[in-house]
Amino acid sequence: MKITRRNFLTYSGIAGTTGLITVSGLVNSPLNFVSLAYGEEHGFTFAYISDSHLIVKPGYAREHRFTRALKKAVADVNTISPAPDFVLYGGDLAQLGLKEELDLGRGILADLKPKLHMMVGEHDWYYDLGDKWQELFGKPWYSFDHKGVHFVVLNSVVVEDYWSAGNMSQMERMLFMAQLDNPKGKPFTVGKGYLGNTQVEWLKKDLAKVAKNTPVLVFSHSPLYKYYKSWNFWTDDAGDIQKILAPFKNVTVLHGHTHQVLLNRIKNITFYGMLSTAWPWPYAPQGLPELTRQMDRSDPFNQFDACGTGKIMFGSKGGADKIYDLWDREPMMVAFKDVVAGKVPSQPEAQHSGPSY
Amino acid sequence: MGKIFGKIILTGTGLLGLVVFLYAGANTVRYIGATPCTEKPPVEEGVKVLKVCDGKTKVIVGVDGLKPGEMMPRETAEVVAKLIWDKYHEMTESSVQPQKEIVIAHGKEEHTKRDMMIWDTELKKVIDEGYKWFHSPEIGTSGISCDMCHPDASNTHPETYPKFQTQLKKVALLRDMINWCIENPLEGKRLNEDDPKMKALEAYMISSRKSKVLSPGKH
Repeated sequence: MKITRRNFLTYSGIAGTTGLITVSGLVNSPLNFVSLAYGEEHGFTFAYISDSHLIVKPGYAREHRFTRALKKAVADVNTISPAPDFVLYGGDLAQLGLKEELDLGRGILADLKPKLHMMVGEHDWYYDLGDKWQELFGKPWYSFDHKGVHFVVLNSVVVEDYWSAGNMSQMERMLFMAQLDNPKGKPFTVGKGYLGNTQVEWLKKDLAKVAKNTPVLVFSHSPLYKYYKSWNFWTDDAGDIQKILAPFKNVTVLHGHTHQVLLNRIKNITFYGMLSTAWPWPYAPQGLPELTRQMDRSDPFNQFDACGTGKIMFGSKGGADKIYDLWDREPMMVAFKDVVAGKVPSQPEAQHSGPSY
Repeated sequence: MGKIFGKIILTGTGLLGLVVFLYAGANTVRYIGATPCTEKPPVEEGVKVLKVCDGKTKVIVGVDGLKPGEMMPRETAEVVAKLIWDKYHEMTESSVQPQKEIVIAHGKEEHTKRDMMIWDTELKKVIDEGYKWFHSPEIGTSGISCDMCHPDASNTHPETYPKFQTQLKKVALLRDMINWCIENPLEGKRLNEDDPKMKALEAYMISSRKSKVLSPGKH
């Protein structure tokens, strides 16, 4: 990719006034980030990798394309300089929740240089209801504090029990859940599924200890709002969780599952979607948040197109800017100050083939 | 069993255009007509009137030659039941189907609901077969299935083919792209163009875009 004067200026914030900025060729450069949030330097940066959907099949001897993609993501994140403070894994490490898939994923993620925080997705969970995942990665919901920001990791893929009545096998249960367009699919929840309300009670207690002016960042696999129910781009009790988060001045939600550039703002909460390393989903036919500028339709002939990783850069006052590090495309930046102002990010100039249809 | 003489005599116009007499043994079974359910049936001396009503329309059949209190012979009752049933169906089908929607094709023959049901069922079988393969990794080897990138067949846009597929550097039909996906992400063997799986996949994808405007060449 060529670094042009225009892109350089845009990136460094001198020429850039729009919310979504192309950062050609500079994604992993050691430049000091100029904050687009408050005109101040960023406090710190963390990176994410998400939705790798690793497949391990008996009799399939080659290295799978999704395995290659996760390895590429790990290598990319390891070259970010200065190194991010930590890396979040956004869920759906495995495709069918199999031990072999999760083991493979853990082995690849072990090569990450920064500290890793894990989150679970439905593809990791519904083969054995999280047994193997928890054995490898620990609790599916937890919190931690980092440089003045309170981080919460949720298991937002809890659904009602659809397997016991039909006496489903483990694989039947997994395949039922793995089909995004399953017409019988069950909506994700945090606190209304087969695990009951325990997690929501925990969340309330956890946040009770946090000062209301502390920036809060919530990681959820599903979007913590209602986008498109038929594909489970949805959390059924999102309203309840948003209420719990309402007293906090500055809340950011970073979610996986949707495999696309997504931006939403509801009251005090900014929602960013994460990219997948495996494949991009088309945009849903309804419910797209108004603030989202759809990313360009992906090129099916390029495995890595419209996939990638990303970064969140925290401003010193708690606003979170987002960079989509799209592989084989110009990166996209969403500035927190524009999100707050309700500005729809502008289309990067290099886009031409239009959104999905 | 008594022989039933089924004979239709056209005698003029009745309520629905025809008056039908059927001779069943000693009795004459006669279609009298249809009225709204709220209307009382006509009373005729020496005629037993039988009716069926669905809440809207009443079908009336008369039986001549029955004495008061006399049990209707079995063969007469069968003729009555069949006549009422046939007339009721004739009528509801013609009233449910407005004239303009009657399907007349291939030899000026009007197609019945039953015909159309059979067509729909046969079509659904092929579409369902396509849905199955679209959601199955079994047409490939990599564990990937079509629906993983194309939930509800989205972004398959069959209405845009044929088009010049820039990556292939030639004009492609939907089936060419299906085969490209089978050979690449799915790592399977390409299907023959007349393979029943190919036909079924096309049927599913095209049916998912019902009513879209054909836009061959669209990118």
